[in-house]
Amino acid sequence: MILPRWAERFWPVVPIIGALLFIIALLFLFGADPLESLNIMFLKPFENQAKMLSVMAFWVPLTLCALGLLVTFTGGLWNIGVEGQMILGSLGASWIALTVDAPAFVLIFLEIIVAMLAGALWGALTGFLKTHGKVHEIFGGLALNNLASMLSLYLIAGPWQPPEGGSFRGTPPFQEAALLPRFAESRFSPISFVLTILAIGLVFFALNNSFWGLKLKALGKNARSAFLLGVSSERETIYAMMFCGALAGLGGAVRVLSWFDSLRQNISGGIGYLAILVVMLAAYRLLLVPFISFFFSLVLNGSLTLQLKTQLHSSLGGILTGVMVLFILLFGEASKLGFRKEVEKDE
Amino acid sequence: MHVELKEIRKYFGEVKANDNISVSLEPGKIYGLLGENGAGKSTLMKILSGYQPQDSGEILLDHKAVDFPSPAAALGAGLGMLYQDPLDIPPFSIIDNYLLGRDNRLSLDYRTVIAEMNEIITRYGFEADIHAHIDTLSLGERQQLELVRLLAGGAQVFILDEPTTGISVEQKDVLFSSMRKLAHEEGKTIILVSHKLDEVQELCDHAFVLRRGKLVGQSTIPCPNEKLVEMMFGQVPTRRERLPFDLGNPALELINVNISTYRLNVSNINLQIFAGEVIGLAGLEGSGQGILLRTIAGLIQPESGQVVVSGQDLTKSSYHKSRNFGVAYCAAGRLEEGLVSKLSLTEHMLLAEPTHTFMIDWPAARERTNSRIEQYQVVGQPESTADQLSGGNQQRLLFALLNPGLKVILLEHPTRGLDVRSMDWIWEQMYARREDGTALVFMSADLDEILERSDRIAVFSGGVMSRVVNASEVSVDQLGHMIGGQA
Ligand SMILES: Nc1ncnc2c1ncn2[C@@H]1O[C@H](COP(=O)(O)OP(=O)(O)OP(=O)(O)O)[C@@H](O)[C@H]1O
Ligand SMILES: [Mg+2]
Repeated sequence: MILPRWAERFWPVVPIIGALLFIIALLFLFGADPLESLNIMFLKPFENQAKMLSVMAFWVPLTLCALGLLVTFTGGLWNIGVEGQMILGSLGASWIALTVDAPAFVLIFLEIIVAMLAGALWGALTGFLKTHGKVHEIFGGLALNNLASMLSLYLIAGPWQPPEGGSFRGTPPFQEAALLPRFAESRFSPISFVLTILAIGLVFFALNNSFWGLKLKALGKNARSAFLLGVSSERETIYAMMFCGALAGLGGAVRVLSWFDSLRQNISGGIGYLAILVVMLAAYRLLLVPFISFFFSLVLNGSLTLQLKTQLHSSLGGILTGVMVLFILLFGEASKLGFRKEVEKDE
Repeated sequence: MHVELKEIRKYFGEVKANDNISVSLEPGKIYGLLGENGAGKSTLMKILSGYQPQDSGEILLDHKAVDFPSPAAALGAGLGMLYQDPLDIPPFSIIDNYLLGRDNRLSLDYRTVIAEMNEIITRYGFEADIHAHIDTLSLGERQQLELVRLLAGGAQVFILDEPTTGISVEQKDVLFSSMRKLAHEEGKTIILVSHKLDEVQELCDHAFVLRRGKLVGQSTIPCPNEKLVEMMFGQVPTRRERLPFDLGNPALELINVNISTYRLNVSNINLQIFAGEVIGLAGLEGSGQGILLRTIAGLIQPESGQVVVSGQDLTKSSYHKSRNFGVAYCAAGRLEEGLVSKLSLTEHMLLAEPTHTFMIDWPAARERTNSRIEQYQVVGQPESTADQLSGGNQQRLLFALLNPGLKVILLEHPTRGLDVRSMDWIWEQMYARREDGTALVFMSADLDEILERSDRIAVFSGGVMSRVVNASEVSVDQLGHMIGGQA
């Protein structure tokens, strides 16, 4: 599909509007009042502090994963494994929370470090499989995602099960000192917010001002030329995966230490996959990522509220994000196929 | 078909790539389009072929104004172009590639298509094997394939942007005879963009000359080369004599080197090259010269033998290790191998430099880039991306990226796409590097260039380095015979 020029300028608004129109049509079809529904999804949360905090609590890990993905995408890597890296982060944090006895600040510090290391390890593994085993990062990532969630199920059902017996639902709640301090009885932790802002700065710096970022950029655009110019694709691939894994691992820690208070089944809530969509909708632009990520958080939280208020199923949020992505792919392809447009854009 | 371009303008920011150009082309003739690097030739031809729109001006086909939204639309109207850098999708077979260009068909009728292609291939004497995969084809074969596609698409006007750079002499002859046939027997219009005046004299009926985006002259052909050169540059460039140079210690030694690749085995290479020496590798396309260059660079591991650079054995060293040791390699495919389309000149510079800091000091890098591109006369800004440069300027950028103090420089088709003046300029820069004790090994399809620029010539045929001769002791004809495998 060829977009007119004005539409291109307002990317990513076009797919969002397209998806919204689609959803409005869908709401009509189900006999719901679209205006009322959209109001509940998008505007109401802004009037309610608790809702807003819940949106922000979801925003933190989603943004962290998306930031990491921005780095791997820059290097031309399809890091589907971000989901698994996040799960590993949550395992790392849980391990400290369940086994170490120390003052809160020591615990939290350790949890975060171990979570980031665990995520980085998982990322490095995918990178290593790619560079040394010729396993494409998509397949390696999927396999490791699976492995990570099996591992967490095993830990919940086995070594870390509650004393009253395994419920397969989760570990016992962590000691209070192990949890991130949260704001006003919500799930939102100001520390994690500060860390996310720092991560935005770090990624901005890495991609724009570090030599490493430049090497990744070259690799992502033309791996052969980059190699000839002296860039080692093997090393940089593994580093990029580790960088992303560390941020995703931090996201995983935030999930167990503030969204929940223990390690649960399905700890990631699909945030890893969602983050891929965020980055694509942001057209790989760092400064758009926090906003798109916020928008996604809003939609997904809003659709939960919607379900409570109107009986419409909460999968509406999922449908909305899914449709947006389809719209992106539809428009995104256009700019790849129509090389004519590329030429014009340079002017 | 009668083609007229009327007051075509195309600006890229400050750069006036085409500034009010008007030309008129008759059917049945072959036109040359000349001009120095960055004069605006490719820009004009890309406008004519629907690849990019003009800012203002008109294209008239048989006196009717037309406007092409895409190259496919232009081909539909009878205008076909062979781009300076072939735009292929590598891992397809030729037939698939051919069918890609003809998406009007729902079912793929292989048999008819093969018959159709074979008919075209025999009519024009092409040799491309249509069952082969594109990535195994030489540049010349890919080009023939592109021509077949344009012919089958019904092109009446053929635009060839520097078609003879990087193809073999035989392929060039086939190309030229097919061009003559198309123009003089079948009444098609041909436009040839070229820097090689001899070829223009040989093939064209009429030439247009561009300079800095303006049409500055035209002439019927034949006409004296000096006149064309003067129109191109505004004056006849003076050439400086190459100064003799005292060779130093051995810079590169190849001892009993055997290389085997899936295409060709290169056997038993023994060669000693001295600091400051320039060695030309002559031979038909794919006779082993390219493979040898890649082996010295560390991109291919030899099966046996030794590669020694400045006394250090680099036989087993990786490309990056050799590169750090001072062995530089410039491949022929600029935007595929060497440059990254969407990176700026400064970014290229930073990547290519031997030492790096963790953080990039952008203003300083910009300064260094500025002085480097000034030295190599790259027309562009430090912020320009590589694909915004004209073909010849991309080539100059490749040279600008070579660091000082190298031990060996390996070049594939070094002056591909350069105009006469910058060809001299680039060679001057290369000769200046002899002072650093740099040895230079290059391959070229242009025998004149090999004879003129090298001290010694290594002749290749079928994977064998059949002899090494002093450049001053052979003539073009003799060399031509040698590379054909005759003594
Ligand atoms: N997409 C672009 N963006 C910006 N500048 C461009 C772009 N394409 C071409 N130019 C500029 O326009 C000028 C003319 O370029 P063009 O490619 O037409 O030159 P040319 O005559 O084909 O030269 P060469 O012989 O080197 O191929 C150059 O200065 C070039 O930098
Ligand atoms: Mg050109």
